[in-house]
Amino acid sequence: MSFIRKPLILHADLPRNGVGLTLRDYEGGMSTLCAGCGHDSVSSAIVQACWELDIEPHRVVKMSGIGCSSKTPAYFLRGAHGMNSVHGRMPAVATGAMGANRRLYCIGVSGDGDSLSIGFGQFAHAVRRNLDMLYLIENNGVYGLTKGQFSASADVGSKAKRGEVNRLRPIDPVLTAITLGGTFVARSFSGDKAQLVPLIQAGLRHRGFALIDIISPCVTFNDHEGSTKSYAYTRKSSREAVHADFVPAAEEITVDYPAGDARMVTMHDGSHIVLRKTADDYDPTDRLAAMEHVESRHAAGEIATGLLYLEESEDDQDMHGTAGTVEEPLVELPFESLNPGAAALAEYQRRLR
Amino acid sequence: MARTDTSDPNYYHRVVDCQWACPAHTDVPEYIRLIAQGRYDDAYMLNRESNVFPGILGRVCDRPCEPACRRGRVDDKPVAICRLKRVAADLRDDIRDRLPLVPKQKNGKRVALIGAGCASLTVANDLAPLGYELTMFEQHAAPGGLMRTNIPAFRLPGDVLNEEIDYILDMGVDLRLGTRIESLGALLEEGYDAVFIGTGAPRGKDLDIPGRHDSDRIHIGIDWLESVAFGHLDAIGERVLIIGVGNTAMDCCRTALRLGGKDVKVMARRGRKFFKASEWELEDAEEERVEIVENHSPIAFELADGKLVGMRFARLEYYEDASGKQRSRTIDEVVIPCDDVILAIGQDNAFPFIERDIGLEFGEWDMPVVDRVTFQSTRPGVFFGGDAAFGPENIIWAVAHGHQAAISIHKHCQGESITERLPPTLNLGSRKMGIHEWSYSNDFDPKHRQVVPHVDLGERFRQLSIEVELGFDANLAAAEVERCLNCDIQTVFADDLCIECDACVDICPVDCLMIAADGEENVLRERLKVPARNLSQPLFVSGPLKQTGRVMLKDENICVHCGLCAERCPTAAWDMQKSYVGIPKATDEADRTGEWKKLRKAG
Ligand SMILES: Cc1cc2nc3c(=O)[nH]c(=O)nc-3n(C[C@H](O)[C@H](O)[C@H](O)COP(=O)(O)OP(=O)(O)OC[C@H]3O[C@@H](n4cnc5c(N)ncnc54)[C@H](O)[C@@H]3O)c2cc1C
Ligand SMILES: Cc1ncc(C[n+]2csc(CCOP(=O)(O)OP(=O)(O)O)c2C)c(N)n1
Ligand code: SF4
Ligand code: SF4
Ligand code: SF4
Ligand SMILES: [Mg+2]
Repeated sequence: MSFIRKPLILHADLPRNGVGLTLRDYEGGMSTLCAGCGHDSVSSAIVQACWELDIEPHRVVKMSGIGCSSKTPAYFLRGAHGMNSVHGRMPAVATGAMGANRRLYCIGVSGDGDSLSIGFGQFAHAVRRNLDMLYLIENNGVYGLTKGQFSASADVGSKAKRGEVNRLRPIDPVLTAITLGGTFVARSFSGDKAQLVPLIQAGLRHRGFALIDIISPCVTFNDHEGSTKSYAYTRKSSREAVHADFVPAAEEITVDYPAGDARMVTMHDGSHIVLRKTADDYDPTDRLAAMEHVESRHAAGEIATGLLYLEESEDDQDMHGTAGTVEEPLVELPFESLNPGAAALAEYQRRLR
Repeated sequence: MARTDTSDPNYYHRVVDCQWACPAHTDVPEYIRLIAQGRYDDAYMLNRESNVFPGILGRVCDRPCEPACRRGRVDDKPVAICRLKRVAADLRDDIRDRLPLVPKQKNGKRVALIGAGCASLTVANDLAPLGYELTMFEQHAAPGGLMRTNIPAFRLPGDVLNEEIDYILDMGVDLRLGTRIESLGALLEEGYDAVFIGTGAPRGKDLDIPGRHDSDRIHIGIDWLESVAFGHLDAIGERVLIIGVGNTAMDCCRTALRLGGKDVKVMARRGRKFFKASEWELEDAEEERVEIVENHSPIAFELADGKLVGMRFARLEYYEDASGKQRSRTIDEVVIPCDDVILAIGQDNAFPFIERDIGLEFGEWDMPVVDRVTFQSTRPGVFFGGDAAFGPENIIWAVAHGHQAAISIHKHCQGESITERLPPTLNLGSRKMGIHEWSYSNDFDPKHRQVVPHVDLGERFRQLSIEVELGFDANLAAAEVERCLNCDIQTVFADDLCIECDACVDICPVDCLMIAADGEENVLRERLKVPARNLSQPLFVSGPLKQTGRVMLKDENICVHCGLCAERCPTAAWDMQKSYVGIPKATDEADRTGEWKKLRKAG
């Protein structure tokens, strides 16, 4: 970590976004992570994505569990709300928060340990419930905070810093999410902002659960030769299945894509995701093909990245739709409707008898 | 594009904006650091190495460093570099035992210096320690040149001037005061091994309009200031007009106020943005209630009964013609009453003492032909420097010329080629002290520029010699030093160490780093988060990085040298290293042969 606080310097050339804020206004406290940790880059990608989307920081809730990754909400969007919950329990707290105010953007930051070990059950049900949030797994293959034990995402054969070899099969959050009915499933890399930033933007605007599994190297415990989550290995092995650009509703699509090379998906709020074809001729709306692609890349020793699966439906498939939550934030409801009184409670209980 | 060649000494030197802009390349950030540590003597000596007159320049330098200062690009005002120089001088102890030693046994070479201004004095300062016998001729009764005769004592007190001039004269210079050189030819016949001409630009420009020669109340600015400086003149009328709006005009108007002027106006031909005077000189004059009148062009002096009563001006208005050129037209004419007029419209060179048939060529504007590097004229062994070389400039340029001319004189006298000079050098040394420790104050301090206290308006007019500026005290200085951005602590990049983790890019507080696909410079400049559109500032481009072949970019424009990139880099691909710029002096040239060391050993 560094002990020098990033100074706030407002220089004349620093651009301002649609709500009059600079990138500096989207940053957070001084990071205490190791210098070079991928997680800091993800924080910076979130900063950039929110700034570009003109999202006011106070309209965001940031949620996390426990881990180096889960510490990061302190390092971005200092003006946002948030809660650093218990290990693996962030989805439950996020569910409560979103139930109370569905007009906010919810960004959950978790780790491979937090989501795939202790919090696996919580993670699975958040996907299944299609909770309306952006869920980021900063995946480094180890428990960084507790000094580098293999996590459940470590590949078979991957070597630890001291030389032990992992023999347990990894849990792939992408495949898990697709299986459980996830509607926006992507994989990216902390070292590739060109890919990551638009994915975060699209994920924020997606209605329902948006998962981005972000390979985010642990420079201290898992960036060596023999690791399959190092900077060098990820760069060498990642294969972008399809490149997604995000175009907000209000903006015109200015880039000219050669005919047949791009496909447009319209999102529920009128924004667009422009999918640029890559060599694989990949269709991210085909669930079976998506699973087959991820598995076959993995078998070939590669990492499939990009927007891997997308189901953008008109229906209220998310938690708010299925659970019938109220549109208005609870704080804005009049006291009488929040608390209809003892008589109403008695009547309700009578019906259940 | 090709990797930036950081082995070129100029690359990192340019990053130190102030040092690069200083004609004598004073190591500004280093002396500011010394002041911060309370090492005023060291700060003074470091200054003296390059600019020779820290006490004088800390008051009156033209300070080209300040408009260049990075701080001015980051948040409004530059560091008060000049005023900090004065702090080093004001708060120093006796440093005489740290001045260069002069050998008793001379090296047998005799050099004549014409004029005792800052240019000649610098040459003497550089040559005396090498054992040269120096004879300096000065027409006036005191040394110092325009620093004494023209820069008023309320800006530059006499004792400050004397002390720093004496440091040089005490090295054993044979100063011949009241001795005007009337013939260079005759002087050359006296067999000097070299002659340096530092006679300045002594002729004030005149304004030949009707009435000019009909009154004795019309003065040439620099001559008038000289008469005041030597005490020949101690009064002026109540209503004074100064013609011209350069720095001489500012000294004239403020001097006039101290000699009895009540209503002093500076008359300018054009609008404020075309004024030649430095912003701070204008401020000081206006603080003293001098009125600056724009867009008035002189037509004639008005006399009644042979007495000057006023001056007639055309009031102008400026407009753009069809081709976009600025033109003026007269609105009307006005007469402004006055008792005295002072002309401050520029200076010319004059070399009445140089015969035109002694092998010393003159070119355009009747100026001697002088080499820009060696300062030699077309007659070998005769050198020029200061205002005499290329026209009026300022003290720090004269000092810079003096250093270079001294090298040439030394090499000429030793029979070496004067064009084969030592090149400038640059050394780097890491400032990393420990895991999170840097041996410089790298925290960005958002403080605003500290204001120099002035003597009260009432008090300062009591006497001509009351210095207006009080200078920073130790506390104000301690605040101001922290504004320096340490531009000499360079960000040095090792391409092969970078693992492209983006940590530096993300942490940089001014967004001046980026890792991007390679391309042409104009394309790369747009690839930064904040596009690098200040083309006067270099763009650093690394070689292809190991993992992706992309390149590291750094816009040098507004880097605040906070060291966060180096602090955040897991592989130490970025390091913070202090750059030492070496600008060779005559002693360095002499060091090559070791001759002068023998002389010094001999005492
Ligand atoms: C009013 C005024 C204010 C200024 N203020 C500033 C300022 O604030 N800061 C700044 O940096 N610069 C200032 N300058 C400019 C600065 O003073 C000059 O650029 C600088 O002094 C030039 O130094 P020099 O050694 O070349 O010549 P000078 O200082 O002009 O010295 C030349 C010397 O040679 C002598 N001399 C000339 N001919 C002969 C001869 N034939 N024989 C013997 N002696 C001779 C002269 O008497 C004089 O002493 C100012 C100039 C003026 C006119
Ligand atoms: C209930 C509970 N069990 C165990 C721990 C110890 N612990 C802290 S962080 C962590 C693993 C975090 O791993 P991951 O989520 O991958 O985060 P990383 O540090 O790698 O970013 C564990 C097991 C804990 N804090 N709480
Ligand atoms: S231990 Fe690993 S995961 Fe944690 S901060 Fe350090 S590099 Fe990042
Ligand atoms: S020193 Fe490094 S982090 Fe600081 S401003 Fe300069 S480039 Fe940016
Ligand atoms: S922090 Fe160091 S390793 Fe990381 S990108 Fe910057 S220079 Fe490269
Ligand atoms: Mg982890």
